[in-house]
Amino acid sequence: MIGIEHYIIVSSILFVLGVLGIFMNRKNIIVVLMAIELILLAVNINLVAFSAFLGDLAGQVFAMFVLTVAAGEAAIGLAILVIYFRSRGTIAVDDVNQMKG
Amino acid sequence: MAFAASFALIAPELVLGITGLLLTLVAAYGGDKFARFASIAAAVALGGAFALVAPSVCAGASGMETEAFGGLFRADAFAGFAKLMIFAASGATLMIAPRFFEKIGAMKTEFPVLILFAALGMSIMVSANDLLTLYMGLELNSLAAYVLAAMLRDDDRSAEAGLKYFVLGALASGILLFGMSLTYGFTGTTSFAGITAAVSGELSTGMLFGLIFMLAGLAFKISAAPFHMWTPDVYTGAPTPVTMFFASAPKVAAVALLARVSMEAFGSQVDAWRQVVIAAALLSIVIGALGAIGQSNIKRLLAYSSINNVGFILIGLAAANASGASALLVYLAIYTVMTVGSFVAVLLMRDAEGNQLEGISDLAGLATTRPALAWALMALMFSLAGIPPLFGFWGKFVVFQAAVEADLLALAAIGIAASVIGAFYYIKIVKIMFFDEPAGTITGEADKAHWALLLICGVIVSPLGYFLTPWLGSLADMAAASLGLPG
Repeated sequence: MIGIEHYIIVSSILFVLGVLGIFMNRKNIIVVLMAIELILLAVNINLVAFSAFLGDLAGQVFAMFVLTVAAGEAAIGLAILVIYFRSRGTIAVDDVNQMKG
Repeated sequence: MAFAASFALIAPELVLGITGLLLTLVAAYGGDKFARFASIAAAVALGGAFALVAPSVCAGASGMETEAFGGLFRADAFAGFAKLMIFAASGATLMIAPRFFEKIGAMKTEFPVLILFAALGMSIMVSANDLLTLYMGLELNSLAAYVLAAMLRDDDRSAEAGLKYFVLGALASGILLFGMSLTYGFTGTTSFAGITAAVSGELSTGMLFGLIFMLAGLAFKISAAPFHMWTPDVYTGAPTPVTMFFASAPKVAAVALLARVSMEAFGSQVDAWRQVVIAAALLSIVIGALGAIGQSNIKRLLAYSSINNVGFILIGLAAANASGASALLVYLAIYTVMTVGSFVAVLLMRDAEGNQLEGISDLAGLATTRPALAWALMALMFSLAGIPPLFGFWGKFVVFQAAVEADLLALAAIGIAASVIGAFYYIKIVKIMFFDEPAGTITGEADKAHWALLLICGVIVSPLGYFLTPWLGSLADMAAASLGLPG
């Protein structure tokens, strides 16, 4: 029998993978965007699982809003990435270091 | 009928939202020649929203009749007080930005539109009475802010600031959201009132995780240590008017939101979040003070100064009583004025060709070449350091008083000691301006709007500001009372 704990464990693993993806990745900013999506999807698993478990619709409505915002966020992230690439000619994470101190 | 009453309560947000949408159309069809018009229209909308909010703050609105849409949204005096600061800071940004962007030929009609949407998002944030409203307001503000940071498309540093702000802001939203999903799961509700009722007893481990994640996400947004690392880079890279905006309005909104979440939704669990807030407060004060030493860029220095100030604001939050909430609001109001003033002074640093200067070394000997600017900047620096008789001292005073009333004597003592360390780099700037050989690089002409704003901020932070204290204090007290806190 799959209980609520299993869902929380899966979503926690995905969340941690997403956070690690942002911090450990040294290669490409596109991967960072993917990691952010992973975090938001982990949250969605949580929300939908809790919603089903509690028999309360609010969580599923919340998940729909999160999906919508995630789409907007990805669009803005890619737009910023494009103007960054235009001015620098690279999207390697290690090169994002114009400012230091 | 209740529906109509709800619309009356969100009138300021409606004004901002509808104006923002109309100006989006103007920007899409009219192009950049309407930039001036859009700035003025946006400023008028912000003024209108300000006028709509003001009566509820003066009347100290609280209770059930301030709740709109079945408790999703709450337009009480606390939210109103924060909204007044947000709208004023956004309006100040619109006042000084056109001149800055026109100089480099980068004024876009989209700029005032983005400021309007960011202001709308912040206004929803501070009125949020439900996790869903909170998230929508926060994201509306953040998404507009990411674009604002990358506004100068051809500038390397602006693009990089936008990218960094986006990645770390999205991470913060993710962490906050994960905390909210756990909170929802363990309380079975997303409304703040429901959460308060559900967490009255012992906190379960899952719920504690939810609370910590939410605090961490919000600490990112207010750039409190240890989640401050994005602040110096973003503040340095973003165009100066945008930096001024970031340092003032979103900070007010995020602090007010944090106060509402911790004092209202988790009001019965003060012991669970107080240690976290105290740790963040002390770390922010120390890191802000130490990080600023040795900086050579004035915007970077002001970024550390804002981290430092957030620490003092969090002391007011840690007090977790009505006088703490009131002190927090008073500090925020004074901090907003000081920050806006400092960044306007930075904007006035131009060389003969009108290029913007940002080096602290450029300030050398300013007292002989530009005495008015030097004196204004000196008043602002001393005020930020909290040296009496300037107005910044009053903010620190009420915060420490609240901490002492809440029996947080050690916290108050460490805070006062650290503010002395922090005074070092503010005084260093004054020393450079008044006692060093003139660098003579700041020779450019300045805009009247900039001077007018600097004059207003200068008068408020000067000892004349103390005439405002009874009025500011009573408004903040009424606003804090609408949170329904003890003592």
